[in-house]
Amino acid sequence: MATVQPVLESRNLTISFGGHIAVHDVSCGFYPGTLTSIVGPNGAGKTTWFNLLSGQLRPTGGQVLLRGEDITRLAAPARADRGLGRAFQLTNLFPNLTVLENCRLAVSSRQKVGYNFWTMDSRRQDVTDRAMEYLRQVHLEHRADYVVSGLPHGDQRKLEVGLLLALEPEVFMFDEPTAGMSVDEVPVILDLIGEIRQRGDKVVLLVEHKMDVVRSLSDRIVVLHNGELVADGEPAEVIASPVVQEAYLGIPQDEAEGA
Amino acid sequence: MMDWILSGDYPRSRILTALLVAIFVGLGLGPFLFDGVVAFRTMGMICIFIIVVASYDLMLGYTHVVSFAHLMFFGFGAYGVAIALDTMGSGFTAIFVGLGASLAVSVITALLLGLLSLRVKAIFFALVTLAIAFSFMVLVNQLYHITGGEDGMRVAVPRELGPAFRMEHSGTGFALLNWLWGVVTNPLAVGEVTREALFDVRMNGQLLMYYVSFVLATGLFLFMLRLVNSPFGKVLMAIRENEFRAEALGYRTVFYRTAVVVVASAFATVAGVLFALVTRYITPGVTLDFELAVFVLLMCVIGGMGTLYGAVIGATVFLVAQTYLQDLLGVLSGWIAEVPLMQPAAALFSEERWLLWFGVLFVLSVYFFPAGIVGQLRAWAARRDAGAAGTKEQGGAAEAAGEQS
Repeated sequence: MATVQPVLESRNLTISFGGHIAVHDVSCGFYPGTLTSIVGPNGAGKTTWFNLLSGQLRPTGGQVLLRGEDITRLAAPARADRGLGRAFQLTNLFPNLTVLENCRLAVSSRQKVGYNFWTMDSRRQDVTDRAMEYLRQVHLEHRADYVVSGLPHGDQRKLEVGLLLALEPEVFMFDEPTAGMSVDEVPVILDLIGEIRQRGDKVVLLVEHKMDVVRSLSDRIVVLHNGELVADGEPAEVIASPVVQEAYLGIPQDEAEGA
Repeated sequence: MMDWILSGDYPRSRILTALLVAIFVGLGLGPFLFDGVVAFRTMGMICIFIIVVASYDLMLGYTHVVSFAHLMFFGFGAYGVAIALDTMGSGFTAIFVGLGASLAVSVITALLLGLLSLRVKAIFFALVTLAIAFSFMVLVNQLYHITGGEDGMRVAVPRELGPAFRMEHSGTGFALLNWLWGVVTNPLAVGEVTREALFDVRMNGQLLMYYVSFVLATGLFLFMLRLVNSPFGKVLMAIRENEFRAEALGYRTVFYRTAVVVVASAFATVAGVLFALVTRYITPGVTLDFELAVFVLLMCVIGGMGTLYGAVIGATVFLVAQTYLQDLLGVLSGWIAEVPLMQPAAALFSEERWLLWFGVLFVLSVYFFPAGIVGQLRAWAARRDAGAAGTKEQGGAAEAAGEQS
């Protein structure tokens, strides 16, 4: 694995807010066809690290590389253009637009037609069809004409994932995609993530708290603790390692799985 | 065909459709339906301010960009064409040179303004526009040898666009409102009422200029309607709803916001050119005044932000009220003064108090129509449709669907 060039690489990434170092010297590469889970206690810096990778934050030190290209100075839109897709932990949608309009915006972004001011958007049936296809994948096609702010929380989470799918990125970054979903909705999303992994050519990053999910889906687990990378490897070995037991779980493994 | 003209963005409310048709027909046939100088001037102002308010709404209602410099661009147009006519003589070449030059100045200014300050927080942009608009006003006041300072300047329009130019045919108008009033109050004398309703229309250059404004207002409005229903317009709405997420989807929001400021400013400039040519006399007070900026904001809010039709309704309601509320109050205070013991109250309704009553109307309209007139009409229509369809869907969903554009 080490001989292949990583698609996405975090090289000594560091960010500090005032005196507080939220992410400290994290180095890690991500490879196609692998699903890497990032775990760690609350406040470990997982989401902050994601923000550094996808461009919402600029690091105070270190680099982000995409296919060997240094993208550290690029803003979020430029990174999205290059194939870095991100779904957010706190639902982050366009609240007063419909579900379909939300999804069409993601599809349109790939088509680079945002500066077209003359075509009637409603007549672009291909965009609508594509958007509906992604809505079907996240089981939201029956909600297409609903305004997002009126949707139940679980549906908003599904749309969040739907937007990421519609972006068709090279790198999928899921930040707790199943948080707040009802029990019967979770498998839908997990199956989708599993499918993306199966395609074999995409990089999938997943921040997740549910240890059973992490264990069953991941090819690799990265553990963050107090902003530092403390463990990185195969799921079974990482979960079993003493440093993880102490730093992250802090409690016997059986109990953690039950949570 | 209609779908293409309106860009698929229908009024979606029968009352709104009726209002819009009434305004369109009223303005289109206006000079032949409403007699008098005041009515003629009001209609001209409505056409011009539809452009100003609609373009302002592109920024405020569709993108949530707050600018205080919109009337500065309006002033660029007005003063640009006035100065061109002053220095080059009254000709059509001067008009086009003035229009071109002021458009160039507007686009460059808007571009710089956008790229320099839209990167940072929205409030910063608002303050920068305020500062620049204020400096432009001071500049116009100080450069009195060019602009006439506070005294303003006469706009020497070509003869063909002025009152001195008369067409061969004379026109006859029919004062519709007077006729209706006459028929209601005096139904037995329909023939006489009809004869009295006929009036001569002055077929001169001013009428020509009015129709230039009307055609341009219609064209630019429909163009803006297309703009907001294009992929570009959808991105603007995405920025309004959640700029952070729009960026994460790959949209470079700074460029979109700058683009919308440039487009809106260019349209305001065109409106300014029309204003100078229609009124033929401009002062800083009627083109750049801060009060006017507030009025434009009010028209936008009354009509309904984020709905271009709101600009049409808002501009019409506001300008009609501004013009005729004084007359109405005069009549009202006359009646009240005749009631015993009510004389003191009559003072409250005297004509000079029109701004007070206008304020009351504004507060009431915002209270009862928080989404503006258009937003409210659409919400009612959506609710009625939902009720008629008998669907059990959440009312909130249908209502919200009606409110967003």
